Amino acid sequence: MSVVDRQEWDVVVVGAGGAGLRAAVEARERGARTAVICKSLFGKAHTVMAEGGIAAAMGNVNSGDNWQVHFRDTMRGGKFLNQWRMAELHAREAPQRVWELETWGALFDRTKDGRISQRNFGGHEYPRLAHVGDRTGLELIRTLQQKIVALQQEDFRETGDYESRLKVFQECTVTRVLKDGPRVSGVFGYERETGRFFVLQAPAVVIATGGIGKSFKVTSNSWEYTGDGHALALLAGAPLLNMEFVQFHPTGMVWPPSVKGILVTESVRGDGGVLRNSEGKRFMFDYVPDVFKDKYAESEEEGDRWYDDPDHNRRPPELLPRDEVARAINAEVKAGRGSPHGGVFLDVSTRMPADVITRRLPSMYHQFKELADVDITAEPMEVGPTCHYVMGGIAVDSDTAAARGVPGLFAAGEVAGGMHGSNRLGGNSLSDLLVFGRRAGWHAAEYAGSLADTRPRVDDVQVDTAAAEALRPFSAEGGEPAGGPPENPYTVHQELQQTMNDLVGIIRRAHEMEQALDKLAELRVRARRAGVEGHRQFNPGWHLALDLRNMLLVSECVARAALERTESRGGHTREDHAAMDRAWRNVNLLCALAEPDDALPVTEAVRGQIALTRETTEPVRPDLLALFEKEELVKYLAEEELYE
Amino acid sequence: MSSYEARFKVWRGDVRGGALEDFRVEVNDGEVVLDIIHRLQATQAPDLAVRWNCKAGKCGSCSAEINGRPRLLCMTRMSVFERDETITVTPLRAFPVVRDLVTDVGFNYTKARQIPAFVPPEGVGPGEYRMMQEDVDRPQEFRKCIECFLCQDVCHVVRDHEENKPAFAGPRFLMRVAELDMHPLDAAEESGLDRKRTAQDEHGLGYCNITKCCTEVCPEGIRITDNALIPLKERAVDRKYDPLVWLGSKIRRRS
Repeated sequence: MSVVDRQEWDVVVVGAGGAGLRAAVEARERGARTAVICKSLFGKAHTVMAEGGIAAAMGNVNSGDNWQVHFRDTMRGGKFLNQWRMAELHAREAPQRVWELETWGALFDRTKDGRISQRNFGGHEYPRLAHVGDRTGLELIRTLQQKIVALQQEDFRETGDYESRLKVFQECTVTRVLKDGPRVSGVFGYERETGRFFVLQAPAVVIATGGIGKSFKVTSNSWEYTGDGHALALLAGAPLLNMEFVQFHPTGMVWPPSVKGILVTESVRGDGGVLRNSEGKRFMFDYVPDVFKDKYAESEEEGDRWYDDPDHNRRPPELLPRDEVARAINAEVKAGRGSPHGGVFLDVSTRMPADVITRRLPSMYHQFKELADVDITAEPMEVGPTCHYVMGGIAVDSDTAAARGVPGLFAAGEVAGGMHGSNRLGGNSLSDLLVFGRRAGWHAAEYAGSLADTRPRVDDVQVDTAAAEALRPFSAEGGEPAGGPPENPYTVHQELQQTMNDLVGIIRRAHEMEQALDKLAELRVRARRAGVEGHRQFNPGWHLALDLRNMLLVSECVARAALERTESRGGHTREDHAAMDRAWRNVNLLCALAEPDDALPVTEAVRGQIALTRETTEPVRPDLLALFEKEELVKYLAEEELYE
Repeated sequence: MSSYEARFKVWRGDVRGGALEDFRVEVNDGEVVLDIIHRLQATQAPDLAVRWNCKAGKCGSCSAEINGRPRLLCMTRMSVFERDETITVTPLRAFPVVRDLVTDVGFNYTKARQIPAFVPPEGVGPGEYRMMQEDVDRPQEFRKCIECFLCQDVCHVVRDHEENKPAFAGPRFLMRVAELDMHPLDAAEESGLDRKRTAQDEHGLGYCNITKCCTEVCPEGIRITDNALIPLKERAVDRKYDPLVWLGSKIRRRS
């Protein structure tokens, strides 16, 4: 039996971004002894990259806003595939979650009368995003981090130990969720610094690991986004929902190559920035789809008037949901009207005075100046789509954030599916983290508390198996079938990124996805032979070799689901099925392990590891449907749904 | 687009010791030092340890010293160096090495815990907070901090003086005290906590002799010395030596 450090906790939260930290705060406040595990240092999670703001219908800038309007916008943005109860809870609870941050010390930008200021964003009918310049994510993560510290200070005063009830295990990676029968019993992981293994026994585990962007070559995501939580859930027997929906943010940097993919915030457009092609034309006016026709301006003049008089004008089409804008940019570039480096132009320099730009968009100014030698107050930026967010994720219960089929497993934030349907609106991510982070922490604590003396036990065999799996890269040369020399994990990773980018990217075709599945099968076999040099202490090559399992699993989910869904909707665009099909409106695609009882990933290359099933979604509650005009619903819902 | 081969010296080792290792490595247009470190990992030194996350100057993970100067690896462009220059990358000097470019920055997390948290005002519920932009401008500047700890690394009070660490919170966390002190609604005073006094007495503000090294290395351009530390010093001094303030504080405490 492996010698590993073991500790006992009530709730273990995997991930310390916005959702994980909010879950931890909630679980601890409800009395659960809570451990948080994160791959990076505490306070560095990918949430810091969020720029634009937190969507919450507080109505501070336009009093016409309320949760119903926010709910409607969210459903429209997601093309009605959203798990509607999540969208409802999210819209209802977001304002309280934002206000609560102020009581923990957050300092948002203010309105003239001293309330939290709110800005415009794509797909939101009213100015709705609470923000701090263009560094809102940093404010969110820092506030939550400081709240955790505040709770630890409380615990210190009572117990003499800062970590008696709430502890952050930083720079640690979880590789397996452990189970006792059907129930969660804890997690297995390693410390990045020392390479030592550890087990945290806990009846409730909240997965809050974020997204999967590192499987794509051009991405705004950091190295942490290797789909760990998605894979952990799959391996633990929980299904993933609608993994075909991947959001390509329309505006990533395209030049120089080393920064390709880094995000350019949507606030640039929300605050007045416009998109132009190489002919100087504001091309977005040509790309307003039918479902949005009556909601967007038809002329530049009307669009420009909207910023000052939103009640009598319609918004400019630069503020369409992200999937629409990304596709439009892609089409312009393809038609030969792109910028010199294969993007389009995003311009604020002719739209606002320089001092307003540097005040409202300080980090964008900084980013372009430092990394691209571009002064955005004087010249346009070059931008193009970048892989940004996955709408698909762990299938959860809307109210409790409990993963389906695995008692004790919860999920919140980007790793959870359903909330955003086929496409997420900007600003709805940070609010999602807070609303469902809290719900996950709450229900995890409640579940853990309800077990009393019947807690699940950690199975030693599972611990040994997990340890062996984690050590495999160190002995990759020996024992493997006719493989030749070990593979370089960096090379396998680069090939994976190229494959997903080229074959399962923003515009998809059946034969390319089939090709991708073949390539993934090949990479899966090669990843099993990924070998590493050196020892276990802070060894990035080893860490990457282990992350490959997760990226490959998740990539297969994306490719299989994308091949299956023969329509275009939100973050899933098929060249060979270009239209949205109402018959797909109420269809969820679920991915599960093909061999659920297998404790280790299968090596079977041809058939793959993922089995796909379809399910019909629950009908939208009538009072929520009644928030929409019939004429609008006709565009989305199938006939039989309309007349029920 | 033009590529060239650069010369690098990267410190490799761990707590038991180490040395600079020489590399020759390809550099392409527009790249930053972190790109080069990644290329070394992918092609020559797969186990080279380095921290990084966002690669966009927003998370403050990839702090190290380049040619002896504390910097973010992701925000240091290769174009600032001559092509024939040898570029030396070493771990942060003020913190114990873990491995290669990774250091143990636990000192900072310990200090963070010692600064009393924001005290919410009594009787003001969520959603009722009202603050004017001009009043939050100052603390907002300090909240731009990405906790890269370059200021903590460069500060001469602790850079080569391990013995000062217990008594000195460092620029980042003295700035945190200043931030809370300038928060329009922080109710520390009402709760009996004098942030200015604790800055002086408990967090070592007196050690700072305003050489502004911290401000110079701040990648966010926060004017740590001028806007946080000096005002905090002035207010701390007012408290300490102004007899009227002293008397006032005694009287108020009694009531």
